[in-house]
Amino acid sequence: MWIQLLLIAAIIVLAVFVMRRTGSDSHLALRRILFALFVIAAVLSVLFPQWLSWLANLVGVGRGTDLVLYALVVVFLVFVFTQYRRNVALQRQLTLLARRIALLDAREQERDGAAAAEQPTAATNDSATLPEERD
Amino acid sequence: MNSSPGSAAPVGHDGTAWVIIPLYNEASVIGDVVRELRGHFSHIVCVDDGSTDGSAAAAAAAGATVVTHPVNLGQGAALQTGIEFALTHPTAEFVVTFDADGQHRVVDALSMLRVARERDAAIVFGSRFLDERTKPGVLKRIVLKTAVWVTNMTTGLTLTDAHNGLRVIRRDAAAGVHLTQDRMAHATEIVLQLGRTKLPWIEYPVEVIYTDYSKAKGQSLLNSVNILVDLVVR
Repeated sequence: MWIQLLLIAAIIVLAVFVMRRTGSDSHLALRRILFALFVIAAVLSVLFPQWLSWLANLVGVGRGTDLVLYALVVVFLVFVFTQYRRNVALQRQLTLLARRIALLDAREQERDGAAAAEQPTAATNDSATLPEERD
Repeated sequence: MNSSPGSAAPVGHDGTAWVIIPLYNEASVIGDVVRELRGHFSHIVCVDDGSTDGSAAAAAAAGATVVTHPVNLGQGAALQTGIEFALTHPTAEFVVTFDADGQHRVVDALSMLRVARERDAAIVFGSRFLDERTKPGVLKRIVLKTAVWVTNMTTGLTLTDAHNGLRVIRRDAAAGVHLTQDRMAHATEIVLQLGRTKLPWIEYPVEVIYTDYSKAKGQSLLNSVNILVDLVVR
């Protein structure tokens, strides 16, 4: 029965780690409830494997392990979808941030160029093409 | 028609049109492209999209203003940055989008600007299929015509060419462009958003010069799959 202990411990550790990750949106509570249900189901299926088979038979699946596989496929697809959405949102934020930096830099360069053009003798007198200087 | 890089403002310079060039790893050609444009336009903006081959330095040395993305974001993002940069300048009446790989002709851009002013068009799209000058291969033609079909289905406009980087966009129309497709699907998105401005648009025949260089760098058949997926999956 060591395997039961080990599996349950692993599931609980995993649960704690996932719970600690705060996603800062209103769906967080819902996700946590769903995840708690998932953990309970996982623990139950470890303690009472026959319960899983009973559930499988109830929905017309031959074995409990098949049911786990199907559930896994569904969960994986949900995972892929949510990760994709999150990725797109992150890319969007990155784009806006990078654009902001690019435009600020460019404006600063323009100001420097204009300032240098206004007083060509004050700062340096060795270059005649200061307004074109860029790095 | 002279392109003298040294002179500050030759006669015939267009000071009200800002040329926007999305730039990503084109160091071997960008200098010549900018130098040729410099003969006719006083504002050339290269948006360096995180190039790693010294493209930004080459563009700056040729006399372009370089706006630099700190990381590579994609051509659509670069185009949007360039448009926003141009619009921060009150003197910018027109935005001219131009490809960095030298496949567009400067005379075409000048003609499109003239036509935009003469016919009071807010948007002029360059099209390589309005005359017989451009000679794309059979495969390229199929890819492009598919892109045209998708674009027309999505946007409701009836264009003859899509994914043509040469466009002249008046200030009021450019203000309506907010590209969110960072990668190649922006070519359809920009048509969609320009169409939504309800401003008058025309197409103008341009020649696309297929050099070995642009052929090697151009969109492959596989990339059109990416464009379709980008448009369908949002």
